Amino acid sequence: MNNIFVYCEIEDGIVADVSLELLSKGRELANRLDCKLEAIAIDYKLSKIGEQIFKYGVDVIHVCDNSKLSPYQTLPHSKIVIELIKQEKPQIVLFGATSIGRDLAPHVASALKVGLTADCTSLEIGDHEEKKINKTYKNLLYQIRPAFGGNIIATIINLEARPQMATVREGVMKKIVFDDNYKGEIKLFDFKKIIVDTDFAVKIIDRVIEKSKINLKSAPVIVAGGYGVGSKENFKLLHQLADILGGEVGASRAAVDAGYTEHERQIGQTGVTVRPKLYIACGISGQVQHRAGMQDSSIIISINTDENAPINSIADYVIIGDVSEVLTKMIKYYK
Amino acid sequence: MKGFKIIVLAKQVPDTRNVSKDAMKEDGTMNRAALPAIFNPEDLNALEQALRIKDKYPQSTITILTMGLPKAADIVREGLFRGADNGVLLTDRKLGGSDTLATSYAISQAIKTIGNFDIILCGRQAIDGDTAQVGPQAAEKLNIPQVTYAEQIIDINEKNITIRRRLEHGVETICSSFPLLITVHGSAAPCRSRNAKLTMKYKYAKTPDEIVQTGVDAELYKNKPYLNIKVWSADDINADEQRLGLSGSPTKVKKIEMVVLQTKESKKLSSNDSDIKMLMGELSEKHVI
Repeated sequence: MNNIFVYCEIEDGIVADVSLELLSKGRELANRLDCKLEAIAIDYKLSKIGEQIFKYGVDVIHVCDNSKLSPYQTLPHSKIVIELIKQEKPQIVLFGATSIGRDLAPHVASALKVGLTADCTSLEIGDHEEKKINKTYKNLLYQIRPAFGGNIIATIINLEARPQMATVREGVMKKIVFDDNYKGEIKLFDFKKIIVDTDFAVKIIDRVIEKSKINLKSAPVIVAGGYGVGSKENFKLLHQLADILGGEVGASRAAVDAGYTEHERQIGQTGVTVRPKLYIACGISGQVQHRAGMQDSSIIISINTDENAPINSIADYVIIGDVSEVLTKMIKYYK
Repeated sequence: MKGFKIIVLAKQVPDTRNVSKDAMKEDGTMNRAALPAIFNPEDLNALEQALRIKDKYPQSTITILTMGLPKAADIVREGLFRGADNGVLLTDRKLGGSDTLATSYAISQAIKTIGNFDIILCGRQAIDGDTAQVGPQAAEKLNIPQVTYAEQIIDINEKNITIRRRLEHGVETICSSFPLLITVHGSAAPCRSRNAKLTMKYKYAKTPDEIVQTGVDAELYKNKPYLNIKVWSADDINADEQRLGLSGSPTKVKKIEMVVLQTKESKKLSSNDSDIKMLMGELSEKHVI
């Protein structure tokens, strides 16, 4: 009772990184609150689920293992999660802020009539004094998130309604193995009583998931392009530089929206959060949404024709000049 | 062939995407009042999907439903200019301070008041909050299936609808019967522009308050009932007041901090060969590359 639950996203039997990051954070919060960390695993062929996640400090895994439950669908998964929450009464439930978590969590919160904070970038435990009724709430979950296009950071709390629920973006929490030998308990959840045929009314007729070849999060060097790169063609230079530096190519939302590069490369509040050793921002103006996803990079170089581009103020080196010209020279002088 | 009854949920939002220098105060914080109020971008993508259904089935009707301040009547008008048939503005002080749970409750009550519908379309999320919660929560409250992150309606017929969804690492195609709620992703087709004829037709479409304020001939609105924009309050949607506004919102904002642009002492370089050579040398010396 009153434990911390994490909904695990699973694709082909593999638990997603975002869920492992949440389990790591969940363990930390559970230690702070002196409670257990429990995971929800709903998919098919889950015999190896324990091997994958116990080491993150998971005390209990609630498993629903059935071919009908894979891949994810809103109604069957939400019904199971709602029922589990009603039975187990966790104090906190966490979901990834992904197309699955952001589909599932609001549905669950609505059914339970509890609060939900989307896209948190930080979770903390703290107290709150409600002066109007002279009451102090102990050990609340502070759900911290950007809002207003990233221009403000809000701390959200839930006073009475439980559980406290939040979604968290991929990459903002660190994935940390708690103990390689940690062993928890597997509990099979009997979902057959609560799932009915009409829960499968929406039929998945085709599903193509590409294993992402782009790994921005672990790249030591990121060469990122913005709208100022000018064209898809010009992005090739970014790839050249990234290749020789052993890095990866990222992009701002404006560049992705303009079709210069793939959506998977988007860095920022609505994309991936990165903190590489070196971040080379090419023709990126640096809207706050973008900066939120890269400002913790160790060294930042900005290449821009605009001396007043906002990104320049957080850069270690500012090169005023044409992106193509500068990149060509960088490639030349690296060799 | 009959048409579909479509409701498009749309929100008026401050344009947070391009915060111009004018909107920044000297201390680096933002002056919200300086941001223009716009039609939430992904709600426009949703409207386009509705218009495409109507292109195929001209008997369809599109109702714009917006909740917000009285000035959000602009959203209904914009929808009419682009091809919607009518619209409702839900506005009431009692709705102020609503979080997504309270908002979705109010919206779902308004949808029930509109009544009969086949398809509800809305944007995936609004750019002021970016939560993506109100769509799925409204679907839950209406007890209908939700299809989120829709990119394209591939097929629609009397019995069912086939939709391609845009996920992080791929796409999924689903098929559903009616009714359902669809949230539309920004990668979907952009919305068509205003139609000149419709813009003329609905130029004077106004809410009752606006008619009084602007002093336009009231006769006009009797003769042309389509120019009247419906305005509903909490009483009109048969809502439980405890579930609206602050009292209906389990989440509470404890603290708001403005994001202030952090600054670093940066080295200014030119694109000269000597500068770039020096830079690459320095990075390699520091073992950054």
